[in-house]
Parts: sequence; C-alpha cells; structure tokens
Amino acid sequence: MTAVGTDKLDPPAATEAAVDDRIESPRERTGIGARLGQLAVPAVMLILLVAAWQAYVDIRNVPHYILPSPVRIAQSFVEDHAMLLRALFVTLQTTFTALAIALVTGVALAILMAQSRWIALALFPYAVILQVTPIVAIAPLILIYTSTTQQALLICAWLVAFFPVLSNTAQGLRSTDHNLLNLFELYGANRWQTLLYLKMPNALPYFLAGLRIAGGLALIAAVVAEFAAGTPGADAGLAFRLIEAQHRLNIPRLFAALVLLSLTGVAIFGVTSLISYMLLRNWHESAVRREN
Amino acid sequence: MPTPIASTAASATPPVIRPADGPLVSLRAISKTFSNGTLALRDLSLDVARGEFVSLLGPSGCGKSTALRIVAGLGEPTSGTIEWPTADMDAEGRPETEIGFVFQEPTLMPWATVFDNVFLPLRLKRYSKAAARDEVEGTLRMVGLDTFANAYPRELSGGMKMRVSIARALITKPKLLLMDEPFAALDEINRFKLNNDLLHLWERFGWTVIFVTHSVFESVYLSERIVVMAARPGRVFKDMTIAAPYPRADDFRTSAVYNENCRRVSNALDEAMGERPN
Repeated sequence: MTAVGTDKLDPPAATEAAVDDRIESPRERTGIGARLGQLAVPAVMLILLVAAWQAYVDIRNVPHYILPSPVRIAQSFVEDHAMLLRALFVTLQTTFTALAIALVTGVALAILMAQSRWIALALFPYAVILQVTPIVAIAPLILIYTSTTQQALLICAWLVAFFPVLSNTAQGLRSTDHNLLNLFELYGANRWQTLLYLKMPNALPYFLAGLRIAGGLALIAAVVAEFAAGTPGADAGLAFRLIEAQHRLNIPRLFAALVLLSLTGVAIFGVTSLISYMLLRNWHESAVRREN
Repeated sequence: MPTPIASTAASATPPVIRPADGPLVSLRAISKTFSNGTLALRDLSLDVARGEFVSLLGPSGCGKSTALRIVAGLGEPTSGTIEWPTADMDAEGRPETEIGFVFQEPTLMPWATVFDNVFLPLRLKRYSKAAARDEVEGTLRMVGLDTFANAYPRELSGGMKMRVSIARALITKPKLLLMDEPFAALDEINRFKLNNDLLHLWERFGWTVIFVTHSVFESVYLSERIVVMAARPGRVFKDMTIAAPYPRADDFRTSAVYNENCRRVSNALDEAMGERPN
C-alpha cells in the first residue's frame, strides 16, 4: 500500500465540491430563471415609476420649469447632448485622475505605515483630520492656494477618495494570519518578500472594498468641488452646467444633467464591483458561491 | 531503517542504536516566560538524535508547542540554549539544517493554488516557478495530491489541506520536520491514513521528526520515543522508548505490544498531570 494509492479515493465530498464549480449542475438552470427575475424586477419598477411620473405631469399639467416630464427631460438631453457629454467628460477626467492619484498615494502610504508603527502614529492622525473636515469647507482655501481651478478640483476629489483607500489597505496589511507570518519567518523571508507574497495579497479584498467606496466618492467630490469653485476652469464640468441650468430656469436640462450624473455614479460602482469580483472570484468568500 | 547511518547499529531490532556523532539538536535548560508573566517552560533539556521520531506528549498548556517553536527559531528562549552539535551555522547564528514546520492549522494562503502554496518555500529562496515545477509536482505526488495542483484551498477537505501543508514542509527536503499537533483537527479515518503516510515517508527519507500531540494512541503508533511533559510550568516528566519495530501498519494498532505501550504511556501521562510543581 503506497501513500499515493490510498489517497486517490480520499474524501469524496471534497472532490465533488471541487468539480461542482466547473460542471453545470441542475441548480445552474434554475439559476438562469432567478437571474432573469433579478433583472426584470428592477426594470419593471423603473418603467412603472417613470410612467407614473409622466402621468402625474400630464394629468396635473405641471409646468416644465417646476417639474419636467420624463419625455421632456429626454428631449432636453437629445438637444443638449453635445454640451452635456462634453461636461461629463470634463467631470470624469477630474474624477478618474483624482481616483488614480488616490489609489497610488493611498496604497503607498498604507505600505509605509505597515512598515513601522512610528510612521503610522505620525501620519494617520492627519489623514483622519483631512477626512473628517468637510470638503466644501476646505475648498475655498484650496482655490486660493492653487493657480488653476482644475488643480483645485483635483485636490478636492483626491482628498476625499484617498482616505478609504488608505484606511482599508492599512487594515488589510495589518490583518495577516499570524501563523503565515511565522511560516514566512521560518523560511527566512525578507521584509519585501513578506510584503509582496503575503501582506499585499491578504490586503487585496480590503483594498478593493476601499476602491468601491473611493470610486463613488471621487465623483461626488469632483461635483462638490465644481459647486464650490463656482466658475468653470479651462472647461465646464457637469456640476457647473447643472447650476447654470438652474440659474436659467432650464429645469429639463438640470434634470438631464442630474440623471447623467446618477448614471455615471452607478456605472463607476458597477465597474469597480466587477473588478473586485474578477480579482477575488477564485478564492475570497465574498465572491465565491456558497455550497449548500 | 529509519536512520540514515543504520549500518552502525549492531542489529536491526530495537532499541535503535544512535550514531556516535552526537544529537542533531540539543535543548539545554530552556526556560520561557511570556510577556504576560506565564512561565511556559522551565529547565527543559532534551536531545534529539538524527533520524529519530520523537513525540512531545502532554496536556494542553505544558509548553510543548512553545518548545517546538523555539527549536524552529520562532521566538527566543528566556534562558537556556539550543545547540546544533553537528550542523553548520549561518551568519545569523541559525543552523543550516533545513527545517520543515507543520502547524496545527493547514495555514495555507487562500489566494494561492495548491501548487503555489507548496512552491512558497522555494519561491522565498528565489527559485523560478519553471525551475521548481518538477520538484513541486513530485512532492504533491508524494502526498497524493498531484491532480489537485490547480485547486484553491477552499475547494479541499480538511485532510487534503493538511496534505498540502505537509507537502509544503517537505518541499525543501528538510533534515528536521517539526509537527505541531498536525492531525488534531481531522477525523479518525483521515488521521489514521495520514499517520501511515507520514511513517512511510519517514522510513523512506530518514528525516528527524519532532511531533507534538496530546494523543497517547497517536504518539505510540508513530514514535520511537515519547517525551511526556508536565504542565505549569512545562517540563520533561518522563522520557520513554517505544520498543516496536517498523514498518508499523494498521495491524500494529491491535497488537499486544501496542496496547502495553499505550498503557505505560497513559500511566506516565496520568502521573505527569497529577504531579504538582514543588
């Protein structure tokens, strides 16, 4: 009897579980029905809401400068789409540039803080202060100290998006399994190897949770900063177009800009969630289907 | 024969005669006090010979895991020394002896495949994946998991995870294998199977094994020698030889010599637990 021979038959339950993910089971087919339902319910709800809105405006004859009908908003979007999409592009540029800088600086600072408790003690309080101070309150100052509005917008959006990345990643780097740390020590791993092969993969789910928060916050902060700046920089963003539409009592355009903004936020959340799922689907409990 | 230098033995029957060049590792009056003031070990002295399979047996809190960690270099003793009489020392004063460590938990990286988990010790020694491939696959075959190289730990049963953990400890071809209650969390069927496989591999490769357990039956089945420890503070209570030949297989579990040794060790453990420190 050899070690290999006895083990092929080892625990059948686990073997089934391992195969289950790859082979389509009867459960999968009922899953398609459930998935259709998951799409259909919100879609029907949306149609009902929009229809009710349209009916209310039509029946009560609400003037469009108070509450425009969905059809009117759609018309406004079609008429002004060049201007609105251009403005969206400007806001997205701010959002994604700020998000990218926030990811790099947040992760870098988290790694730095993981290296030494002293560095963490020195830096973390300031990160917290920047986070808890409302961005609209800091924005006027930032506008004074920067030479262009675009820079000010970037700094505002960065300040807001930076903290969730930093604090989540730092938490992830800290919560490494102690036995795995012992194992790395036993095999003589240096600091860099421990960071690269153990702490960073361990922090990935935490970082991705931070990314999902930061993505949405970066957009919100970019919009808030545009509000605070009041005047467009090199080019007008979506928030500026929104205020402008309000001043001109062009409420349908205001709504169109608002809808565009919401859809953008939803899209950012969707994309960051998808990235998170793709990176974790093989191993992390949050992305793995429960086997019951 | 388990010992690589078996030719020095006068006969093949136990007790196994040890080579004359001294023990592989020697613990001299080790004491360990934790930062909360607990005295985990007091004056623990122990010689482990090359190729020996020795179990540390004792109630929980007797410091057997602490002793194992100190041998592994994870944590310094508060007083006492560890000597490696026959090993070369590296620049940091650690023995050049390859040590494999198996924890009570499988302690696998959940984000890495079975292959990558076993590859880890070699990766830390800066081997490329391509250079280590044959080695990793060979070791997985040894523990019967060669078809699971691309599986993730969450897809495996408890016994299979433990096999991965053992494969990872074996990948560096250790001279000394330290095992900290490795099978305690497994069901009996899997534990017996892994006991047998471990003995096969030990007889084949002739490592020195220090095996920590709280099971009398497991320690008697596996070991040439059992060190019974007493708790609070942890210390050696009795050093016992299990005079039964290898290879041992399942029929050994029902033999008279096995039962007799279990009774002997069990009695010693009772005495150790009844004894109060002076």
